[in-house]
Amino acid sequence: MAAQENALNDPIIMCKDVHKWFDDFHVLKGITTSFQTGERAVICGPSGSGKSTFIRTLNRLEEHQRGTIIIDGVELTDDLRNINLIRQEVGMVFQQFNLFPHLTNLENITLGPIRVRKLTKSEAEEVALSLLERVDIADQAYKYPAEISGGQQQRVAIARALAMEPKIMLFDEPTSALDPEMISEVLDVMRELAHSGMTMLVVTHEMGFAREVADRVLFFDEGLIVEEAPPADFFDNPQHERTKLFISQTLQH
Amino acid sequence: MEEQELTQEIKPPANTKGAARWLKDNLFNTWYNTLLTCLALVLLFFAFKGFLTWAFTEAEWDVIPANFRLFMVGSYPQEQIWRVWNAIYILSVLMGLSAGLWGGLVRRFAVVLSGVWSISALLPVELSTRGWCLGANAMIAVSFFLGRGRTGLRPWILGGWILSFPVIMVVLRGFGENGVLTSNWGGLLLTLILAVIGIVVSFPLGVFLALCRQSNLPAIRWVSTTYIETVRGVPLITILFMGNTLIPIFMPGFDINQVLRMMIGITFFSGAYMAENVRGGLQGIPRGQHEAAQAVGLNYVQTTLFIVLPQALRSVIPAIVGQFIALFKDTSLVSIIGLIDLLGVAKSVIANPDWLGLQAEVYLFAAAIYFAFCYAMSYASQDIETDLGVGKH
Repeated sequence: MAAQENALNDPIIMCKDVHKWFDDFHVLKGITTSFQTGERAVICGPSGSGKSTFIRTLNRLEEHQRGTIIIDGVELTDDLRNINLIRQEVGMVFQQFNLFPHLTNLENITLGPIRVRKLTKSEAEEVALSLLERVDIADQAYKYPAEISGGQQQRVAIARALAMEPKIMLFDEPTSALDPEMISEVLDVMRELAHSGMTMLVVTHEMGFAREVADRVLFFDEGLIVEEAPPADFFDNPQHERTKLFISQTLQH
Repeated sequence: MEEQELTQEIKPPANTKGAARWLKDNLFNTWYNTLLTCLALVLLFFAFKGFLTWAFTEAEWDVIPANFRLFMVGSYPQEQIWRVWNAIYILSVLMGLSAGLWGGLVRRFAVVLSGVWSISALLPVELSTRGWCLGANAMIAVSFFLGRGRTGLRPWILGGWILSFPVIMVVLRGFGENGVLTSNWGGLLLTLILAVIGIVVSFPLGVFLALCRQSNLPAIRWVSTTYIETVRGVPLITILFMGNTLIPIFMPGFDINQVLRMMIGITFFSGAYMAENVRGGLQGIPRGQHEAAQAVGLNYVQTTLFIVLPQALRSVIPAIVGQFIALFKDTSLVSIIGLIDLLGVAKSVIANPDWLGLQAEVYLFAAAIYFAFCYAMSYASQDIETDLGVGKH
């Protein structure tokens, strides 16, 4: 409950009645929630529930058609300046990594800092190398993404997002495309990041991670937040039938 | 110890590689393939024997050296030929510097070029020509050593290449009455000018059109699509005829000479095809690449320049170079309009009563020149693909 009390003080993300349609299909049916600076939120729910779409609206990869989203005091509108401002503060990690295949791992990380933050090449490389050190793959800096494993690629992708010094990190099912033995190396990095105080929104099916790291778990179904609670309450004492069903199904395997 | 045995490297079984094995597997693996191989060898022997006998005993190759100047520069006046050599010298210096700076492919081309000049100098040519050839060679060599290792010069040299196109045009044309009218440009010189300008301008034009066709703005998309489909629906020769007659009508008062009109026609025609080649590459870029670029904060121009185009162009290099090669050969159509390019010279030499009946020799020579340039482009494209690691990362 602590997170919800804080929500009144200083939310870094505020969403009010956010709606989204894909043509006639109503994906988000009025999401109202907010996230604190430093909060670690896990978003779960069945596929098609709108959870990925929701976090993608937060950096305008998807446009919301009704409601307001305010990130660090800036409202997301059609204004390109606002969008660019917000994208610089929000880092994103994708299910399919989406590394740039024609650039080395190091160049993947330095591109944003050089072109957007206007660092010099050597400054950007210094930042990139220390980030690669942090995600434990400094030795892969000069290889291309296709030459390293999926788990390593995802760690490069995390480093790429961090290089922009974001205030918020969004993770869109970061481990769903990984082989089982690589999931833990990515989760380790995310755990370390969580402990460093980063504001994190994580869409994931890794319930162990949610229980261990999250301040709050949000359960999405059919475009709505059905239930949100700290992980202990969420997993041990779910209130809604749909949540109970989801938890029992997820924990079975 | 056991672990070592597990990972012990085992050599491949003998007799799975090598030329003898390949011959046996591919040419002599069954009795009927053996028969076909022998038959093919016999046919090849007779065909080549016939050709070689003709080439060395019957063909009258005199026609080539006697008309060599025509083949190279058409009716470009003899007393102004220094202009052509000056253009060559500008290119030689850039070539040498680039060879020194980048090495690799450019260096190999520079070596071939300087080989051509060396051989030309050894042939029984006029003393002045010999001097010019050796001079070009010296230019390449000196600038090669000047350029070596000075990586800081690279952006300047790239700028130099871009600047060299207008400069060379001015050098070749000169000014007013004292210069050389473009109607006197001809032969290989004209072919190369049309092809190089066509390639250099139609490539960015094609990229631009392809990006427009992918635009979110309907008006831009519509204009680009209309342009591409219209141009692609018309034969090049029609565009050249139209360019020849319509451009003066649309732009009265401007003196747009015939060579320029052909350049415009070829460039616009090729640009439409180029656009479709590039679009093929653009469509192959997964949506995730755009999203990742946006998430990092890159704007549209940055995303296009640093993420989309490098990947899109890389994947369509074969198609683009195919279009370059097609364009190079299509320049020969200007001889129908009345310009005397390499093929035009070939036709006029054959029509000359002094050289009647020498079609085979003349066309073979022209074909060899076309082939040399087209193969160079094809070779370069393969080399660039390897360099960029296409298919690897």
